Amino acid sequence: MSIDRPFRLTDAVLYGLYGGIAALLIALVGMAEAFSKREIIADVISMAQVMLMGVAFVAALFAANKAQSSHRSITVASGIIAGAMVGLLLALLALAIEPLNMRAMFVNANRQLVALLLPFDQTPIIGGVILVGVGALMGLAAAAITYLPSLLRRSLLISLVGVVLIALLEDVLVVVLPKNIGRFVYESNGLTIAGAVVLFVLIFAITYLWLAQRDNVTRRFDRMPPKQRRIWSFAATITLLVVLFLLPQLIGPYLSEVSDLVGFYIIMALGLNVVVGFAGLLDLGYVAFFAIGAYTMAVLTTPELPIVRAVIPQLNFWQALPFAVLAALIAGVLLGVPVLKTRGDYLAIITLGFGEIIRLVVLSDALKPFLGGAQGVTGVARPTLGSSVTDSPQEFYYFILIGILIAWFITARLKNSRLGRAWMAIREDEDVAAAMSINLVGYKLLAFATGATLAGLSGAMFGSKLGSMVPASFNVLVSINVLAVLIVGGMGSLPGVIVGALVLIGLPELLREFNEFRWWVYGAVLVVMMLYKPEGLWPEATRVRELREDEEPNESIEDPTGLAKPSEA
Amino acid sequence: MFARFRRKYDLTDVILWLIGAGLLLAIVYGSFVTLSSGKYTAEQWLNFVIFGLAQGGIYGLIALGYTMVYGILGMINFAHGEFFMFGTFGAFFMADYLAGNGMLESNPFLSIVLMLLVAMLVSATIAVLTERIAYRPLRRAPRLVPLITAIGVSYFLQYTARGLFGSGVEAFPNVPALSGAVALGPISLQRSQIAVFISTAVLLAILWLMVSKTKVGRAIRSVAEDKDAAALMGVDVDRTIATSFAVGGIMAGAAGVMYGLVFRQVAFYMGFVPGIKAFTAAVLGGIGNLPGAVLGGLILGVIESVGPSLFLDGIGIPSPHQLKDGIAFTVLVLILIFRPSGILGERLSKRA
Amino acid sequence: MDLLIAKNINKRFGGLQALTALDVFVAEKSIHSVIGPNGAGKTTFFNCITGFYKPEEGEVVFNGEEIQGMQPARVAQRGISRTYQNIRLFANVTVLENVLVGMHRHLHTGWFGAVARFPKNNQEEAAAREEGMRILKFVDLHRKADYIAKNLPYGEQRRLEIARALAGKPSVVLLDEPTAGMNPRETEDTTTLIRRLRDDLGITILLIEHDMRVVMNVSDQITVLDFGKKIAEGDALAIRSNPQVIEAYLGRGAATGSNYGHRQAAAVAGS
Repeated sequence: MSIDRPFRLTDAVLYGLYGGIAALLIALVGMAEAFSKREIIADVISMAQVMLMGVAFVAALFAANKAQSSHRSITVASGIIAGAMVGLLLALLALAIEPLNMRAMFVNANRQLVALLLPFDQTPIIGGVILVGVGALMGLAAAAITYLPSLLRRSLLISLVGVVLIALLEDVLVVVLPKNIGRFVYESNGLTIAGAVVLFVLIFAITYLWLAQRDNVTRRFDRMPPKQRRIWSFAATITLLVVLFLLPQLIGPYLSEVSDLVGFYIIMALGLNVVVGFAGLLDLGYVAFFAIGAYTMAVLTTPELPIVRAVIPQLNFWQALPFAVLAALIAGVLLGVPVLKTRGDYLAIITLGFGEIIRLVVLSDALKPFLGGAQGVTGVARPTLGSSVTDSPQEFYYFILIGILIAWFITARLKNSRLGRAWMAIREDEDVAAAMSINLVGYKLLAFATGATLAGLSGAMFGSKLGSMVPASFNVLVSINVLAVLIVGGMGSLPGVIVGALVLIGLPELLREFNEFRWWVYGAVLVVMMLYKPEGLWPEATRVRELREDEEPNESIEDPTGLAKPSEA
Repeated sequence: MFARFRRKYDLTDVILWLIGAGLLLAIVYGSFVTLSSGKYTAEQWLNFVIFGLAQGGIYGLIALGYTMVYGILGMINFAHGEFFMFGTFGAFFMADYLAGNGMLESNPFLSIVLMLLVAMLVSATIAVLTERIAYRPLRRAPRLVPLITAIGVSYFLQYTARGLFGSGVEAFPNVPALSGAVALGPISLQRSQIAVFISTAVLLAILWLMVSKTKVGRAIRSVAEDKDAAALMGVDVDRTIATSFAVGGIMAGAAGVMYGLVFRQVAFYMGFVPGIKAFTAAVLGGIGNLPGAVLGGLILGVIESVGPSLFLDGIGIPSPHQLKDGIAFTVLVLILIFRPSGILGERLSKRA
Repeated sequence: MDLLIAKNINKRFGGLQALTALDVFVAEKSIHSVIGPNGAGKTTFFNCITGFYKPEEGEVVFNGEEIQGMQPARVAQRGISRTYQNIRLFANVTVLENVLVGMHRHLHTGWFGAVARFPKNNQEEAAAREEGMRILKFVDLHRKADYIAKNLPYGEQRRLEIARALAGKPSVVLLDEPTAGMNPRETEDTTTLIRRLRDDLGITILLIEHDMRVVMNVSDQITVLDFGKKIAEGDALAIRSNPQVIEAYLGRGAATGSNYGHRQAAAVAGS
């Protein structure tokens, strides 16, 4: 960490510059325009405006926070400067687009973008000044908010984000909510003003109360006698299960479809969690096992592929499922043996290489008679229950739910066991783990195979759900996707996996404009999480301590007297 | 005897060696079948090799950046392929502009120099910014953290390019002076390939001089050896690391221009596969070893270009050229498993 | 009887000969110290025994079995455990969990056992925790079982590392500078602890230590290394009066100008 030096106003300019670059990128990659048709509050403010103003706000928040220790006027000034900088850069962009013919280079630098940035049909100069002014205003608000008590500040920010989210999820919520409430809150595009205000107040009240009382509640829970505590957690689990059971009926087919997708990722992420989160092995070729599960299911159950059918009889879903899982498990062991001998970071790149090799082999003409080549395989069997075939997303939901519960049970049990401890040891210090007589390759292999098995399970169900299989759905992006789910949720944390999958898989599905920018945002999210919250949104206690190393670099472990000699050899 | 053997090697070693031996056998058998069938003429083989060398030169230039960063920070900079991609875009827009006003035709040498400058500037700027914003704060973090960050940066940059420049494939303008071939005895060399050879050689020579003779180079080497000791000796570690990112970016930018000239296309996703291959090249040559990176690139380029016809064809795999990338990745996997220290060995301190 | 025998050990790093034809015989249930100036090859010797380095020549025999070149985990499996010069605990988990990891080789729960939790697995786990607490009590850390390891004060971290090494019920423990950085009181406690390891638990101890008072106090046998060669061997009395040893320490101190060597030499000669 750098040495603390007094805050200077140039720092505020720097934050403003970073924020401004972020805002420029949002505008130039086309995200602002894509979201400009999405009203948050009907006829008042659009998502694009919220996003750009949000960037100014966050940049100013950083600047003001950094300036906290200095005089109050400096804090306010730096907030305003940072906010205004963001506005200024956007204004400059708006002014430069046409004269410089930026369209030739940047596909999104068009008239609509200019119109979006300079509203009210003002002349460019006045529009620009308004932009800077709005930025400064955001900066002022950000500076002001740093002086609020933390409780108030957090509830404020949470309720702002909450209102925006509810506005964005209009299409989904309108279906679920009772008609009259829906009509009060929503217009055809965006919230009503009254709805926005009521929602804001409501969320604010709830978060405030919860944040204020949370410690009390948890403390009361901790103080309960164990028996009572067990009853409570049991009741909570049952309630959760009942809700999960009824969910597809409550949310309808479209949301069930989304839940199914989230479910596939949850199972996969629970598996990868064992590999990355427990054992600390960064596996970037994880999609290979998902693909192997899916392809085994497809090849065993499809009526196509005459060459295969001549040898292996066509199976149904339930007959094929164990083979699919087993195939993934075997692949995990076979790939694991060579891969796990490599050291440190090389593991990431070697697994990436393996994943690509498998994809290329599947794609190639060489194996086309067996795997269908680039066209893939169709006619994959659906699960059957008695005589009925499961094909609606709502019915499929239950199979996935069972899969998730199995994966959860297995990984939770593994975590708190001799195996979990061995993995922790390997993750924290391989050499010491070996000196504790932990067989490194063996335990890494166990983690790898467990992860592969769960990916295979997810893949088999995915293949069956899709009904057809193309190699394009198994590229490296899936691995990165699962990894991002883990990172956002919190490596090693089981509830984190659910949170991560809901945020990263569920939300983009519900926000159709967002889909195109999904990878862009994921990349940014990975970086930002690693920089500011490496332990994730729902971390595990151990992990907070482990990943926050830079703040307290094991001070007490290092020899305080300086007497210990530098290591020999 | 057997007990002694068991003590030294466990089962996994045996499996590994069996896999290795199997692959080797397949390669030898395939090559034998192809060569004895006489399917390709000697000129064709030579052309494969030359094409492989040109491609390998580009890998080598990109690999230099991987190798420097790994040598200094001990981290795989997954985003390095994207620096290269942005460099190619920089060159593309410059070339487009120059083609528009006729410079490309009238003054090809100056045009290429301009393209190189723009590409290097773009790549180096992005490399330095990436280091400053994303990597520097994480220098003391546990090893998974910067690695994941690098992956995030890679996707962020890739999709930034997609958003900024569009998702299509753009055709790189034709440089008339570089199209066509030169006959050199029995072999014919594409002019663009000659340009790649010359530029790679010149850049490598400059880089070599810089690292071995100048003060900056000394600083880089000392930081690679021991950051804390270098800092005590008055070397500005942050600045030196930023410099090495800049140098790596410059090389990636140059590679971008070469790529544009040889393959004549740009697209947002083009950084990923060459990036992995360049990393393979860096490991092949011994990571942390500058000449090794270029040598590794050349070797990989040739294997990749000769391989499909030489052994995949011989084993009887249909349309073997689909598996060209597969060969590169297989080389990657094999080298990491069997000889992670590379051909020339690692120059910089070994890390666990 | 000699429990651990190192014969003719040679270890090179590139051009540097770290250990030359080193012979060390460690008697069962003894405390055997290895001393020598910095860079003499003491830790290298430890690494050759525990399997982290593979000596180019020579053999290490433990309990009648050759173990040189074996994987570290296999060496540990046979009952050799160690501590580190720079403490290497699992810093982010609790004190008890550190000890439980150390017990790895005596537990048998596998993948299915961990998932299904059969009664025998539960019993094993409960017994392991009890045993872990007993070990912590032995080093007087049982009151801090739930602390996060990195939050312990320095001296207690050293003790925890010893506890973790004990958890595997080893027959030999290699202690690498267990008192480094400790104040005189802590040093004294640790010295007592080392003796108890031998007397109460019957463990054979191989000890690297710079504090000559500790070495002279507890050692049954002392081996002195200099530049990777054994220059002397014997009990405390013999070593104290050995002119070569004094010269090795004094010469080094005089050459580098640090008074560290002088102090140690004085300690060797005087105490």
